[in-house]
Amino acid sequence: MFELPIQQLIFLFVAAVAVFAAFNVILQRNPIYSALALIITMCALAGTFLMLEAQFVATMQVIVYAGAVMVLFVFVIMLLNVRTEEARQDRVKYLKLVAPLLFIALLGEVIFVARSVTTTAPPLATTGNEPAFGTVESIGEAMFSSYLFPFEATSVLILMAMVGSLVLARRRTMSEAETLGKLIEESGKPQLTPAEPVAKLEEKKEEIAA
Amino acid sequence: MVPLSWYLALSAALFTIGVAGVLVQRNVISIFMCIELMLNSVNLTLVAFSRFLNQSTGQLFVFIVMAVAAAEAAVGLAIIISVFRNRETLSVDEESLLKL
Amino acid sequence: MPIDQQSIQFFVGILLKIVILFVIGLLSPVGMNWVERRALAFMQMRLGPNRTGPFGLLQSLADGIKFAFKEDVVPLAANKWLYIFAPVVAVVPAFMATIVYPLGPKGVDIPFAASINSFVYSLTGIQLNLSTMDLHVTSFNVGLLYVLAVTSMGVYAIVMAGWASNSKFSLLGGLRSSAQMVSYELSLSLALVGVLIQAGTVDLVKIVEMQQGTYFGFIPKWYVFVFQPLGFFIYLISAIAETNRTPFDLPEAETELVGGFHTEYSSSLKFAMLFMAEYVNMLTVSVLATALFLGGWSGPFVSQFPLLAPVYFLLKVTLFMFLYIWLRGTLPRLRYDQLMNFGWKFLLPVALLNIFISATIALFAY
Repeated sequence: MFELPIQQLIFLFVAAVAVFAAFNVILQRNPIYSALALIITMCALAGTFLMLEAQFVATMQVIVYAGAVMVLFVFVIMLLNVRTEEARQDRVKYLKLVAPLLFIALLGEVIFVARSVTTTAPPLATTGNEPAFGTVESIGEAMFSSYLFPFEATSVLILMAMVGSLVLARRRTMSEAETLGKLIEESGKPQLTPAEPVAKLEEKKEEIAA
Repeated sequence: MVPLSWYLALSAALFTIGVAGVLVQRNVISIFMCIELMLNSVNLTLVAFSRFLNQSTGQLFVFIVMAVAAAEAAVGLAIIISVFRNRETLSVDEESLLKL
Repeated sequence: MPIDQQSIQFFVGILLKIVILFVIGLLSPVGMNWVERRALAFMQMRLGPNRTGPFGLLQSLADGIKFAFKEDVVPLAANKWLYIFAPVVAVVPAFMATIVYPLGPKGVDIPFAASINSFVYSLTGIQLNLSTMDLHVTSFNVGLLYVLAVTSMGVYAIVMAGWASNSKFSLLGGLRSSAQMVSYELSLSLALVGVLIQAGTVDLVKIVEMQQGTYFGFIPKWYVFVFQPLGFFIYLISAIAETNRTPFDLPEAETELVGGFHTEYSSSLKFAMLFMAEYVNMLTVSVLATALFLGGWSGPFVSQFPLLAPVYFLLKVTLFMFLYIWLRGTLPRLRYDQLMNFGWKFLLPVALLNIFISATIALFAY
């Protein structure tokens, strides 16, 4: 065949780890295993970022994705004590036969593209006063000059997400819940939708405030 | 050196696995994780093109994707928690009603 | 790739430094544990362990031997693989962070370099060319972020240990710990941003280099004195919370949670690994505090005798490690809601304020 330089070997190893872990994400029935596999995929992707001279993105990948977002996932899985799900019944039987064919077609396509395109990375520009590629400086400069508006928009988005998740996950306080229960009893019919008592609760709150 | 197409192939593979996961998994949290996987694979293409075009703009987009993913995870998990409180299940098949 | 002599020398030098840092990381829990038990005992009018060796110095070693020879119990209901894997996940990132410790400046003259060269030549026939060395393994341009990335992986060990043990104490400890670490990581990182604004780099070695020298001949140019005192205290508090130490040691609160996430780790080598990871994380946090706020290796006569640099550095780190023990002997434990309120409603806004102040100063002063 052909001789593989060390960088390509490293890439193949990292890619194999990433793909294997990604398969585990979708094949594991227990969500906590899926989450742990996804963390491994993310760390492997950070490795490929390092190979692309993007050190800053690689560290941020580990800090933000693996270190913060996935902790949130694992935390929720543990908090809800999600158990292994049961295997579900197939809806359409013949899909099992079609799927491998489509998979082979896709694989062939990917291999064809990977073999035919052989662009290699251009040398990094090292002259001039511009900060080196992939460093914090180069990204920071772009972020706070030409791309300031998207950056600010993202920060507004994060603020909205923060407030939104607080509102969504908030539980009613104990006294609120008790009053709600009483209002449901008073209304006579134990009903599934708590819309009516909730409206009454809000009214009562306003009364108390007034 | 590793050619550009290898990175793109890896990215395509991860994205496809993510799509397959969304279709196969029945658990909301697992589906959500597959979406994160897809976002990650897109990040890889962005970083790869940024290196091969010698511009750091692509890496900047990755940051915005990361921020969006983090915000999405926070809101999404909050929704999942509040749904779980009402329905006691995480299976998407059983969460087909808008109203109880 | 042809391997020339210079690259061999380079790699051997780096490997040697990594080994030295690894040994420091391995020995620090042993020493720290002894100091902690003795000092805490004296603070509480006790004697502490004093039977094994002179002043009880060999106590930690004896404990280690005990750990190694105890029966290794895996609880029947536990998830076996994750239970075994969790201590590994704790130790590996903790030791990975040790390689960026900036022990000293670049290009220090090696004492007796000529005689070492001739000695190696007479032994092996290899002509070495030693003259100077850097007293740190690497100085790479995302050093600080690397430490944050690596240490943020440590939380999974606690989560996995808590979940895999399949015990309610462990699970509660794991949940508490993951919530606490994620919350305080925010204010910790934001406290560092002030320093980064002032230094203009994320490279730990360069940050330390910028803190050399004095103002008016007696005030050192340390960031704790100049513009970052607020950041320093935010960092200190959140670092203590981040490493799960008193008064923020809720994840392993003995009186309410038995042992927290390591309840089911019954004094085997796995427990020793969790324990060691905790102490190495404390060391890393102290090293960061020293490098970012206390001027790293700077001190009197360092420019004349560069070999003093690691001594000053380790002295400052020891100061922080002792502070941990001191706090443990002094402060009571917080309640969980107090902890969360303090982190989110006080520490985080103050950290943001600190960034605002630092940015304003940077705007006008530089």
